[in-house]
Amino acid sequence: MPKLYSGAEIVFKCLEDQNVSHIFGYPGGAVLPIYDELKNFNSIKHILVRHEQGAGHAAEGYARSSGKPGVLLVTSGPGATNAVTALTDAYMDSVPLVCITGQVPTHLIGTDAFQECDTTGITRPCTKHNWLVKDINDLSEIMHKAFEVATTGRPGPVLVDIPKDIQFQKTKYKNYRKEKKLNGKSHDNFSQKNIDELIKLISKAKKPIFYTGGGVINSGPKASELLRELVYATGFPITSTLQGLGCFPADDNQFLGMLGMHGTYEANNAMYSCDLMINIGARFDDRITGKIDEFSPKSKKVHIDIDPSSINKNVKVDLPIVGDIKSVLTSTLKTLKKSKKKFSKSNKHQISNWWEKIQKWRSKRSLDYIGSEETIKPQYAIERLYELTKDRDTYITTEVGQHQMWAAQHYKFNKPNRWMTSGGLGTMGYGLPAAVGVQIAHPKKLVVDIAGEASVLMTMQEMSTAVQYNLPIKIFILNNEYMGMVRQWQELLHDKNYSESYTAALPDFVKMAEAYGCVGIRAKTPEELDDKIIEMLNTDRPVIFDCLVDKQENCFPMIPSGKPHNQMLLGPKDQKDKKITGKGRTLV
Amino acid sequence: MANSKSAYSIAGKKQKNDTHIIVVWVDNEAGVLARVVGLFSGRGYNIESLAVAEVDQKENISRITIVTTGTPQVIDQIKLQLKKLVPIHKVADFKREDKNVIFKEMALFKFVANNEKLTKAFNACKNYNPVVLDKTKKSKVIQITALRREIDKMSKNLTKFGLVSVSRTGAVAMTRGSDVFK
Repeated sequence: MPKLYSGAEIVFKCLEDQNVSHIFGYPGGAVLPIYDELKNFNSIKHILVRHEQGAGHAAEGYARSSGKPGVLLVTSGPGATNAVTALTDAYMDSVPLVCITGQVPTHLIGTDAFQECDTTGITRPCTKHNWLVKDINDLSEIMHKAFEVATTGRPGPVLVDIPKDIQFQKTKYKNYRKEKKLNGKSHDNFSQKNIDELIKLISKAKKPIFYTGGGVINSGPKASELLRELVYATGFPITSTLQGLGCFPADDNQFLGMLGMHGTYEANNAMYSCDLMINIGARFDDRITGKIDEFSPKSKKVHIDIDPSSINKNVKVDLPIVGDIKSVLTSTLKTLKKSKKKFSKSNKHQISNWWEKIQKWRSKRSLDYIGSEETIKPQYAIERLYELTKDRDTYITTEVGQHQMWAAQHYKFNKPNRWMTSGGLGTMGYGLPAAVGVQIAHPKKLVVDIAGEASVLMTMQEMSTAVQYNLPIKIFILNNEYMGMVRQWQELLHDKNYSESYTAALPDFVKMAEAYGCVGIRAKTPEELDDKIIEMLNTDRPVIFDCLVDKQENCFPMIPSGKPHNQMLLGPKDQKDKKITGKGRTLV
Repeated sequence: MANSKSAYSIAGKKQKNDTHIIVVWVDNEAGVLARVVGLFSGRGYNIESLAVAEVDQKENISRITIVTTGTPQVIDQIKLQLKKLVPIHKVADFKREDKNVIFKEMALFKFVANNEKLTKAFNACKNYNPVVLDKTKKSKVIQITALRREIDKMSKNLTKFGLVSVSRTGAVAMTRGSDVFK
């Protein structure tokens, strides 16, 4: 007779078969049988967080920095509802997560039992798919399918809800058999004809631009390599979304910087004026497009994406190519090399006028700011952090707000998977737990969370996790005592009525660090900033770095609302003659 | 509102809405209808009517027929979003004007009236395959099958013959001829 396994054992056997090495979680009544089995599976290490949202973001950080799915294990009721923010965040930013939740025993479902909630009902709109396991014989199949759904196609979170009695019941373990297709859902749907058309457009273009996004990073490191090859082969300019940063080296001359609401002048103007836009793995998000009726009015648009529902969702495109970016780029490069051997040479002349124009936009130096010798400008703090860490392989996470945009503008990423930020959902409190997850995946690497003091307080309790597992994460807080982005919008749109955006009672972050058992460092002046950053980098323990920055600084450039890409607001240097009045008084 | 103090863009021009009938074949499992309906409500799509039933007991397949309205772009999104759901096998989309597709809804009418009016009521239903399901001296329950707008019209016109209650299904659809939607 074959050996019988309990539901709890089967959970871990499946995790083992899926090569899971770390899970993030928090125990509770309805998952106790699973926690009881943990000791028998040495290959799986459990990271105890301080809040289930932290488990979710840590799993996200782990997944985005390693390319493997992140796994979290939480209890029923509040455990599940606390994880919802992280699941939604992962859904918006296409991060593969497998969330295992405990549930009250089957016979109590629907009775409003203690710590019961309709977990699959609540998480249905924020997962790719979810399952309530009602029969122990389905458990192993569901677990394996969960990993498959999370990691194939456009990645995303899934949830498996396991009632407590199912965790105790016993059955045989069925080995995993990979199905070829999931209900007929294939992902590479492009043909050579599509590629030929793309090459035709590329060779005709006089004002082309690559617009790349997080899909390139999700497609794996190879996709980034292929992208670089294609960009160098064509000589075209390239801009990236927030999520795509790192798939092309930021210090390369062909890179125009980030585009969108707080993107560079040259990137947004190039998007507006181009005649060929090649979108690779981005989704025409509303922060990118600005006014949709006037979005890049004169261009042919190509959209390469693995998710067919991304095509024509916000912007109508001329050539959709549905497929994995790695395979599309491989075919494109192959065809390009075959048909146009000396493409880059013959092409240089054709797009030289375009590059001249771009250089003109570039000379506006839209990311410039007015420096100061008395107070630390937030942009300066990030520039210094970059200069002092660029020789290491650094992983950056962020919270959400001004500091996030400044990090995206001023920190230069040269490799994929080094930049973890909450873009779609914009979750304040993402960065600290994400840094925990990144450090777990890369124990020897430098991991910095560029934070705001308001965001970081939302998940500050995870410092305790970092201390417990000796994770030397660096929490680099740009402290302006305001919810900076809220304050900026209030200044520009709401007549400087700073309603509730000032935090009147902040903790002393240095003392707080000490209370958590880690190191606190404070920098007050530009003069001492470098030394303090070096001190932080030389500390082999978790650090909270309290960087006191200019409280009034705004994040520029910026596209005001109802405006297309070519009507940007530049920084204070430029603003004297362009005050925001009337129609422009709204943001996109 | 060009001057809305919003962090979001202002709604663009609205396009014309068309009525479409979307047919989906799904695994008949717990929560599958909620997934489909939740997708519609969550993304702000309309549902005018809905009909669901298992059609293949061996394979455990249900067929859901949804009547919806939307711009061509929205209809495309509906189809593409539906196709992403794990338990969905295939999605068909028909325009209401499509001559190659049969659409039918069923309605039950209850009349309470005198004999003369009840007879008139039955005669008025003649074009829509009326079947008398229940009959007393004072009342009749009549079943008809027809198009949505025909039933709309009928239920309005029949009040004068003592119509007191209407129960109706969502539309179901089938292609004409020997072709089967794959």
